[in-house]
Amino acid sequence: MASLTLRDLNKTFGSVEVLRGINLEVDAGEFVVLVGPSGCGKSTLLAMIAGLESVTSGEIAIAGRLVNNVPPKDRDIAMVFQSYALYPTMTVRGNITFGMESRGVPKKEQAAALARVAALLQIEKLLNRKPGQLSGGQRQRVAMGRALVRDPALFLFDEPLSNLDAKLRVEMRTEIKKLHQRLAKTTVYVTHDQVEAMTLASRIAVMHQGRVQQFAVPRMVYDRPANMFVAGFMGSPSMNFVPAEVVADEGRPAIAIAGANGPAVVLPLPEPTPNSLGDRGRRVVLGVRPEHLTRYDRRLREDKPHLATLEAPVEVVEPTGAETMAVVRLGEREVIARFEADAAPVVGERVTLALDMARACLFDAETEALI
Amino acid sequence: MAEALRYDPLGPSGTWHRQRARLLVYGLLTLFALYYLLPLVVVILNSFRDLPDISRAGLIGLPSSFSLSYWPIAWSKFCVGGTCAGIAPFFFNSVAMAVPATIISTAIGAVNGYVLSKWRFPGSELLFGFMTLGVFMPGQMVLLPWAVVLGWLKLTNTTAGLVLIHCVQGLSFTTLFCRNYYVNIPDDLIKAARIDGAGFWRIFRKIVLPLSPPILIVTVIWQFTNIWNEFLFAVIFSSGTHQPITAALIALSAGGTSVHQYNVESAAVLIAAAPPLLIYLFGGRYFLRGLTQGALK
Repeated sequence: MASLTLRDLNKTFGSVEVLRGINLEVDAGEFVVLVGPSGCGKSTLLAMIAGLESVTSGEIAIAGRLVNNVPPKDRDIAMVFQSYALYPTMTVRGNITFGMESRGVPKKEQAAALARVAALLQIEKLLNRKPGQLSGGQRQRVAMGRALVRDPALFLFDEPLSNLDAKLRVEMRTEIKKLHQRLAKTTVYVTHDQVEAMTLASRIAVMHQGRVQQFAVPRMVYDRPANMFVAGFMGSPSMNFVPAEVVADEGRPAIAIAGANGPAVVLPLPEPTPNSLGDRGRRVVLGVRPEHLTRYDRRLREDKPHLATLEAPVEVVEPTGAETMAVVRLGEREVIARFEADAAPVVGERVTLALDMARACLFDAETEALI
Repeated sequence: MAEALRYDPLGPSGTWHRQRARLLVYGLLTLFALYYLLPLVVVILNSFRDLPDISRAGLIGLPSSFSLSYWPIAWSKFCVGGTCAGIAPFFFNSVAMAVPATIISTAIGAVNGYVLSKWRFPGSELLFGFMTLGVFMPGQMVLLPWAVVLGWLKLTNTTAGLVLIHCVQGLSFTTLFCRNYYVNIPDDLIKAARIDGAGFWRIFRKIVLPLSPPILIVTVIWQFTNIWNEFLFAVIFSSGTHQPITAALIALSAGGTSVHQYNVESAAVLIAAAPPLLIYLFGGRYFLRGLTQGALK
């Protein structure tokens, strides 16, 4: 049974449409990440699931029960806020037990639940401190403790890691993942960080302008993005887009892109091509992730049969240590290619690039949808 | 380097310049402090002088006599409007008026502020705007309506009537203070508590109130001082033995003998002024802190 079902959900603030026709089905034990740029409506959606925002139209069901008009406390949810929202005048112990206290849970059960969660999150030593005496990471743990102590049907996380510094964020990310693997609780997690989405999610819902653009497993979202928005949003550095045209190359389907400063480069498409490819002359956009565009090497051919080659001048080189990113010019476009650190190009070099057409995406130039 | 970073608005350059500027500022401050304190000093001195001394050297003269006897007279023996029980009964009238009125108006203001900041509803901002209008409404404007209302409620010339007036008149201020303070409490706290299963009153008691001492101290000091010192309503809506001390002071200086007992009157004035003064002395620290510190971490 689905743990969370959203059906044709809409939300308007006055005349502003914030969410439009949201349909999501979250299975029990799943970790679903809502990801998108700020203003995409993801936090509003979470607040609606929590019952903190009203529903304009549509349905929200938690564990099969319609909760549109159920107050937050009766929805069987727990939430971790971006600001942690720890009660400043209470100790860590008071913060964690406040919910049970409100619900009239017997003291003995409270103590047992507190001990369990404190051990799980290793915050036993902090129980008598006030939130003001805790570091960012500790506050984060306490906020999670407050949610975990409830054992609810649904966990909601609203950008819980965005107030932490980069290093701690990565640590806590791993910790959240471990926790979820251990407890297997249904979770809806909001973030604007696509890396968090990729690493944590069992399924990702990419949101933009109040709509779910794609709802799929991370691999799918990354490899077969539903449209150019998803393709550009997920992945860093982001996917390169090059305008192209459908052509035929010796009778076989191919696309042509503008050359560096010369004739068009024809790139054969791997077969079978999708039925929706369309006729010759159709204007499309070629999407290539930087890691699928690299220095040509004969050995690459062995496991990549759909390799296309092209030449391009290198304009900027950006070593990151593990690898080197380079901006190369392709026709009128600048694209980013990824190189092994020991095969890094130099500025001004005309490098022969290998483009893995099996991994490339084609988008319609008009609708921006994946072909 | 560190020396250059230290900004001193009083010092353009050089030790001598700084010293001179400082001297000037402190001199001015002392002068003004004296200017404001002088009346108080005169009244205090007069409360210990005998009458011949006062009439000989004038009110603003250096004392040549000293007696502690005028204070007890002012407290419990002096004749005001026919009865000779001193100002003690009126003092307690004021206590019976100011304490409940302060507590009730502060409590209602806190709940108002909580609703207007954390449980907004359509039109709540407008309502708040109207409530704050009361801050600017002069007391004279409401004298007649209050007279009518007190008549309806049969509370004319009672302490309860004055308590009611001060509660209602003070609500604008207490609501304004509390609402503007509570606005700075993060909404996420309230949301978290709602998910945690707490309701309206539980959130107020367990989360909002524990964060409130700074603003409650400000509100209590403000309300108590204003209600205690209030004169207009006191003198209009009470008479005889029901008068608060501010109104009784007038009766004290106006009635009785033709000779002004400046020493006893001075002592009475000081007794009347003592409670707000003491409150300010003990709570002033919190008052200033509460007024300036809006946000909380």
